[in-house]
Amino acid sequence: MAFKVVHYINQFYAGMGGEDTAHVKPSFQEGTVGPGMQLDTLLGEEAAVVGTVICGDSYYGEHMDEARAECLKMIRAFEPDMVIAGPGFNAGRYGVACGDICAAVSDELGIPTLTALYPENPGVEMYHKKTYIVETVDSARGMRKALPKMAELGLKILRKEPMGSAAEEGYLHRGMRKGFFHEKTGAERAVDMLLKKIKGEPFETEMEMPVFKKIEPAAPVLDLKNATIAICSSGGIVPKGNPDHIRVSSAEKFGKYDIRGLDDLTPENFESIHGGYDRVYALDNPDVVLPLDVMRELEKEGVFKKLYDFAYTTTGTGTAVANAERFGQEIGKELKEAGVDAVILTAT
Amino acid sequence: MRLELRKAFVKDIQWGDTTKLDNNVLYVNTEEARAAVLDDENFVDVELELARPGESIRIIPVKDAIEPRVKLEGGESFFPGFCAPMEPVGEGATLVLEGSAVLTCGPLVGIQEGFIDMTGPAAPYNPFSGTYNLVMVAKPVDNLEKHAYEKSLRMAGLKLALYLAEKCKDAKIDDVEVFEKGTIPEENEKYPDLPKITYFCMSITQGLLHDTFLYAADMKNIVPTVVHPNEVLDGAMVSGNCVSACDKNTTFHHVNDPIVLELYKRHGKEINFLGVIPTLESTVLAGKQRSTWMNAMLANMLGADGVVISEEGYGNPDTDLCMNAKKCEDMGIKTVVISDEAAGEDGSSQGLADATPEMSGFVSAGNVNEMIEVPPMDKVIGYVESIAYVSGGAVESLREDGSMFVELQSIIGSTNELGFSKLGCEWV
Repeated sequence: MAFKVVHYINQFYAGMGGEDTAHVKPSFQEGTVGPGMQLDTLLGEEAAVVGTVICGDSYYGEHMDEARAECLKMIRAFEPDMVIAGPGFNAGRYGVACGDICAAVSDELGIPTLTALYPENPGVEMYHKKTYIVETVDSARGMRKALPKMAELGLKILRKEPMGSAAEEGYLHRGMRKGFFHEKTGAERAVDMLLKKIKGEPFETEMEMPVFKKIEPAAPVLDLKNATIAICSSGGIVPKGNPDHIRVSSAEKFGKYDIRGLDDLTPENFESIHGGYDRVYALDNPDVVLPLDVMRELEKEGVFKKLYDFAYTTTGTGTAVANAERFGQEIGKELKEAGVDAVILTAT
Repeated sequence: MRLELRKAFVKDIQWGDTTKLDNNVLYVNTEEARAAVLDDENFVDVELELARPGESIRIIPVKDAIEPRVKLEGGESFFPGFCAPMEPVGEGATLVLEGSAVLTCGPLVGIQEGFIDMTGPAAPYNPFSGTYNLVMVAKPVDNLEKHAYEKSLRMAGLKLALYLAEKCKDAKIDDVEVFEKGTIPEENEKYPDLPKITYFCMSITQGLLHDTFLYAADMKNIVPTVVHPNEVLDGAMVSGNCVSACDKNTTFHHVNDPIVLELYKRHGKEINFLGVIPTLESTVLAGKQRSTWMNAMLANMLGADGVVISEEGYGNPDTDLCMNAKKCEDMGIKTVVISDEAAGEDGSSQGLADATPEMSGFVSAGNVNEMIEVPPMDKVIGYVESIAYVSGGAVESLREDGSMFVELQSIIGSTNELGFSKLGCEWV
């Protein structure tokens, strides 16, 4: 039995009219409407457009929650294996609607989705992480090229064939990096690239440099004598036995450890589970990474008022920046709520 | 300087009465081979195993891989300062048992070593699934100090590889490759119009299982220097590191450095290959500043138009990588870097710990966090439970049936940043 595809289009491509009818509410028809006919032909024997859901662009844009819910209901009734939307080219509202319905279908129905847009369509920025978007030119003159590409990619997804890179397959990337075996080794590619760069010829880097967020440093603590200070480390210092099973590398969580009544970290009570440095010295004396001993002395001397009762630690090696950012936000929130004035972060 | 690599191909490995290469089969006398490494008082015992391409074998945790080589002319032994006398290498003739490797294994030193599968989905990610391997599993004495243990393992691997090559000195040679290049002024005169290229071989230099040796000098205590590419191919660099195994250069990788080989291949045709700058990755900022400045100054003094920069590791060495690229580009020397990415399990996280706009030529060696499922193997050499404490593994990685769900970074050499493999990330 052929795969069932539902096609989403706007009022214009459904032949209902242009801007004057952009407020039409969602409706559906069995089989194909407008460009769906060609799409159905291109899908061949293996897949068929079983139904078409149509919505006015203005209606979708201005009543997004309602439009999405109504369209989802209609789509669900067809029991499709996949939803294909558009192509929307560079039409802003249509592009957003295509992206939004695809994202919603993926989330709610758990089936694959596909649309086709011009890279600068605002729908791309908003939804490229949630659906496959075939790259098109900016206007409907690209229809003849877009539809075969959509059918080809759609079939590939339906057949669950391995998906190549965005550049190779012709879709706009979903913001994810994946390893592929190239024709040439990394060393060959590097020398090729360097020669082009020296000659001033165009070359394609394999990763554009990311732009880092600049974090404003916190203001200095004015009244240290009355401050509560916490200690926090990415140096992998955990209670002996690593009770939270924090990974030795690529940590996906952090630990919160009670240090009340402790004046010193020793090999008997704490250890390092960090997979990225020579641990011999930290195993012998975990204070060299998480300086509890010194902090207790300073606390006793009255340099600051109180060492916070819990230490937060994780492993900072191979840890994805996205995870690290989440740890920071979560730890920061907890410390703030606990009335901690400042935190000493130690890294390795 | 002229170096002949006389290659005898290894197409099988077997136990035998005599250690020899006969008809491309490497025969190993177990007792004699064990004796070659058992003179170390840090070992209680040493077991040897064989692992061939396609066999259902998992080897874990592996520390180093060494290709058996020995000097035939222009020197003796191999690995100057370790097994060979402290003399320059890169001249004369060297026997290479191509297609074979010695792998060193034993209880975890740190929590950082990796694994090798000889077949299945992990096999294409490491070069040693394609070599005929003699695997050494060391049993250290109780409570052996970790640095001493690492040193003993490292030496044993070098000695065992050398033992094999020494015993095969009379083997039939299947192929000879010649590497010849004069002094820099001589080559400049020969190729005045070709772009002058050098290569920074960034090496981990950070302590236990994080060290690299140049002529047996612990590189964390050196400043960057220039060597002839032949020296690298002839055993001047030795690995003492295996921390997050995916992107560490084993000793095998150094003598087969793909950047050196690629630049050599194009020398006199497309480029003028000036030489190699082995350099370090210090743990402190002043060290990073010092070595990166010296690298750029050396490249500048050599008259380089361009430089290939390979990283070793990820995280803080990303900063050395940026500093090397930036300082060279600021001096007008074009750069391309080879690095891997730590982009998270789904590949959606930012993959570098540091970045700079000058790093505009970036070759990706893959995502260390990418997940891979590997089926159980019929045989495990070593200690499979180690996966819980291997970078890229976790307590839950090893399943009851022996299959594992792990990150690529637990596989030796999977994202090697010398660009040894064809793996690289793309956007999806």
